[in-house]
Amino acid sequence: MLNTNLRHLETEEELKEAISTNENIMICCGRMGPMCLPVYAIMEDLRNKHSHVAFFDQDFDGPAASYIQNLPECATFRGLPFTVYLKNGNVIAATTSIQSHEEVKSILDREFNAK
Amino acid sequence: MLMENITIIGTGPAGLTAAIYAARADLQPLIIEGSAPGGQLIVSQEVENYPGFPEAISGMDLMQLFRKQAERFGARFMNGEISAIESIDNGYALTRGSEQIETRTVIIATGALARRLPIPSEAKFYGKGVSGCATCDGAFFRNLDVIVVGGGNTAMEDAIFLTKFAKSVTIIHRRDYLRAAPVEVEKAKGNPKIKWMIPQVIDEIIGKENVTGVTLRNPETNETQHLNCDGIFVAIGHDPQTESFRNLIKCDKEGFLKVTNCSTITSASGIFACGDASDPVYKQAVVAAGTGCMAALDAQKYLENTHK
Repeated sequence: MLNTNLRHLETEEELKEAISTNENIMICCGRMGPMCLPVYAIMEDLRNKHSHVAFFDQDFDGPAASYIQNLPECATFRGLPFTVYLKNGNVIAATTSIQSHEEVKSILDREFNAK
Repeated sequence: MLMENITIIGTGPAGLTAAIYAARADLQPLIIEGSAPGGQLIVSQEVENYPGFPEAISGMDLMQLFRKQAERFGARFMNGEISAIESIDNGYALTRGSEQIETRTVIIATGALARRLPIPSEAKFYGKGVSGCATCDGAFFRNLDVIVVGGGNTAMEDAIFLTKFAKSVTIIHRRDYLRAAPVEVEKAKGNPKIKWMIPQVIDEIIGKENVTGVTLRNPETNETQHLNCDGIFVAIGHDPQTESFRNLIKCDKEGFLKVTNCSTITSASGIFACGDASDPVYKQAVVAAGTGCMAALDAQKYLENTHK
């Protein structure tokens, strides 16, 4: 399990439930490494300002990670973490490797119409 | 608003050592974690030269021990980045997002950020073949050909680590000599999977969705050549992460915060600098930890003299 303050998606059931019950979701799938930790920290910082988005993390080596790893949007990714944004169950954006605060915020604003 | 005694910015060896000392002095330091908790060391698979660990320890594990030790004495941690600092009565105001933190003293331990290759195609392929972290992304390159750019210890360590996964690892370095410690160079030279192309620089990264190769140039002759590869691991050094403080504190031309000899005292009263943010020479974890200790002691002395 990842050592973050985000909600974790550890099983396929949890993943399916998260997708089916939340309109807007950001999931960061990674490990506790230097490229992933900054993204988790950014998510922790932004979640209070984007209450219409559900923020989750997922262990890249966990059983439920195959969903994100096998997404066509992630097929060319070769850098941790894999971060996906879903709206109504559909992937609308995906990024690979470390991202800046500005990059994450701009995707949230663009894709989820945050004020 | 609460006025903090000491706010420490950064959680590498310098910041966490300062936190241990300040917390043990009952100064209840607040530590701002920044975007890279643990600092540069957490990318190191094996730290072999930190005293007290005769068997190598991973950088991540080492930094977790530092943090645990600071927490034991009551250090408080907060996520976020400090984007600005300004002088106020009896101290400084630090801007963290939309909030401000007021503090009597500041210890800057923001370390340094890994340099990126200065070519536009590097950003395009970041995460799609280009990486700054061999331990994070090495496994994506199983049975593939990768290159490591750099001539320092990190480059040698990355190259050796990547041989666990890659079919071949080619070290590219712009000079015909290496900065890495001889012991690291010898390890790399003894590895049959590692090839050398020196002196060479990368002029362009080639690919469609993922990296497929690079254009190399010999900086002495300007001759160019193409090299097929699937991955590029960049280990070309670091720049001090000091932009937010340059309005208040004198820096050298490379951006390292200037400190008074044999101390961590900066040009701004009550602000102290330690670790790689103020070290253009040594750039070692053990040195950073030492200067972190100095910064806490300097800040403690400053508080005793100015806030009796």
